Amino acid sequence: MNRLHVVRASGLYLALCLVSALMLLPFAWVVFGSFKTQGEFTANPGGWLPESFANLQNFVVLFTEEAFGGFLVNSIIVSAVTVLANVLFCSMAGYALAKLPFRGRGLLMGCVLVAMTVPYVALFVPQFLITVQLGLVNTLAGIIAPMLVMPLGVFIMRQFALSIPDELLEAARIDGAGEFGIFFRIFLPLLGPAIATVSIFTFLASWNFFLWPLVVAQTEDVFTLPVGLAIASQQANTTAYGLLLAGAIVVLLPVLILFLFLQRYFIQGIATAGLK
Amino acid sequence: MTLETTPAGVAAMSRPLRWGILRRWTPGPTGVAWLFVMPFLVIFAVFTAVPAVMAVTLTMTDIGVADLRDPLGVNFVFLDNFQAVLTAPAFLRSALNTVVYVGIGVPVTMAIGFLLALALDSGIRRARPVFRAVIYLPVIANIVAAAIVWQYAFTLNGPINSFLADLGIAGPNWLGTPTTAMIVVLLLTIWRTTGTCMVLFLAGLQAVPEEVHEAASLDGAGYWRRVFQMTLPLLRPTTLLVTVLMSVMFLNIFEEPFLLTEGGPLGSTKSVAQWVYEQFGFGNIANAMTGSIVLLLGVLIVCVVQLRVLRPKQ
Repeated sequence: MNRLHVVRASGLYLALCLVSALMLLPFAWVVFGSFKTQGEFTANPGGWLPESFANLQNFVVLFTEEAFGGFLVNSIIVSAVTVLANVLFCSMAGYALAKLPFRGRGLLMGCVLVAMTVPYVALFVPQFLITVQLGLVNTLAGIIAPMLVMPLGVFIMRQFALSIPDELLEAARIDGAGEFGIFFRIFLPLLGPAIATVSIFTFLASWNFFLWPLVVAQTEDVFTLPVGLAIASQQANTTAYGLLLAGAIVVLLPVLILFLFLQRYFIQGIATAGLK
Repeated sequence: MTLETTPAGVAAMSRPLRWGILRRWTPGPTGVAWLFVMPFLVIFAVFTAVPAVMAVTLTMTDIGVADLRDPLGVNFVFLDNFQAVLTAPAFLRSALNTVVYVGIGVPVTMAIGFLLALALDSGIRRARPVFRAVIYLPVIANIVAAAIVWQYAFTLNGPINSFLADLGIAGPNWLGTPTTAMIVVLLLTIWRTTGTCMVLFLAGLQAVPEEVHEAASLDGAGYWRRVFQMTLPLLRPTTLLVTVLMSVMFLNIFEEPFLLTEGGPLGSTKSVAQWVYEQFGFGNIANAMTGSIVLLLGVLIVCVVQLRVLRPKQ
């Protein structure tokens, strides 16, 4: 290995470490800030480190005095229902689109692609008008309904289903298995990695979704975490950052933990989404 | 009362039974196919197809908040809304801001993402997953949480300005001045989207065969020359994909200015999507929908132009 090579490699590492530090800096501020008391923010608004990392006051206040616990429960319900519904419905649709011949299949695939590409901003106003007609405004059901079957999930499931050999399904059909039997007992068990990918990205989408819950939820008892936090931050006086940053940690943590363990599926999801 | 079931007994009883029931109730493949796509079809119809039709028709009416309970009692005004929206100074300001976001944000994000992908592709096998994960982290971070931190970091006496003060620089009132507020919104957006660009470019780079690089370096071509004359042309499909994806993302920018600056000061950071949301909040439903259709048309035009210009050469 020559000297030029070593110099270049260390330069590369240095640059990457610097970029990584910049990427992580905001996360560090969340952690530091959430352990600071109101007094610390007022006395020294520019300080980086808290006086003590054992000060859990902000978290205690968050869960005992604020409506925050309710937001958390709402977010968990919304995400759980969304993930379960998507795993079932997207795999059903993906299976039909990949493995069952029927008229209108091409048209339906077109619908999936269109639904995947339409920017959300163009749809939320008429979606809200429909939700009013359905009587679902200011309910968790109203927040969840448009996310029940995400087109990207259908697309991922279909792509995966295409890779399962037809012979396997044919063999079951000849053995006398019904179409439901084939789907539930042969197809679904083979779908593991696709189910993981779809679960993760629908969890991410529903947990982080902001605009639609902001539009549909109108009273505190229906707010999800991001909505509650955003409204609190717009109402709060400018120095009440301790509570807000503690709240931010609660929103960030589940996703970060999942990401640590299942990084592969996240990146895979993005790559698949990119391939549309 | 408790239900007593032994697992073995249940399995023995239900297996033939379950197959039997499933077979009896099963229609042919076509019927099952429609049954299987039904949930998607219903949600697509109610929350995508019908809203799309409504958006197009209702932009030609004077629908307002009073018509919410009875959307059929509106008057047709045809293209008046478009005229009103396209001549409203606040809308035009937000359109200009959005053009600035796209014009600066897309090239900067793509350049950083590409350089990072190049760095990660150049032989650092062991550390690659770690760097990739760290750079990708902001993509999955909740935007509300992120915006709160950024707002806090850029307050007048906050961590950034105190750091600058240590260096002897008097930091500006970041979020209170139009130009710097826009810079902070852009920085937040770039921080959040670079990871996506990096992952997509990295996937593209890793698909380039090793021999191509070797052949070029044997020819004696310098590193940057190889990047510009070989890597970039080979990456054309990836570049096209990332350009379209990023443009659509930046054109629809909403959360970052909404949460960070609420569009201020004086509308100087307000995006079109945010203008649409505000009009909706004021009950000007016709205006909101017209604005969103204008935005959609903008997205379409940008996509079509990019697809034509960057299309891989045959």
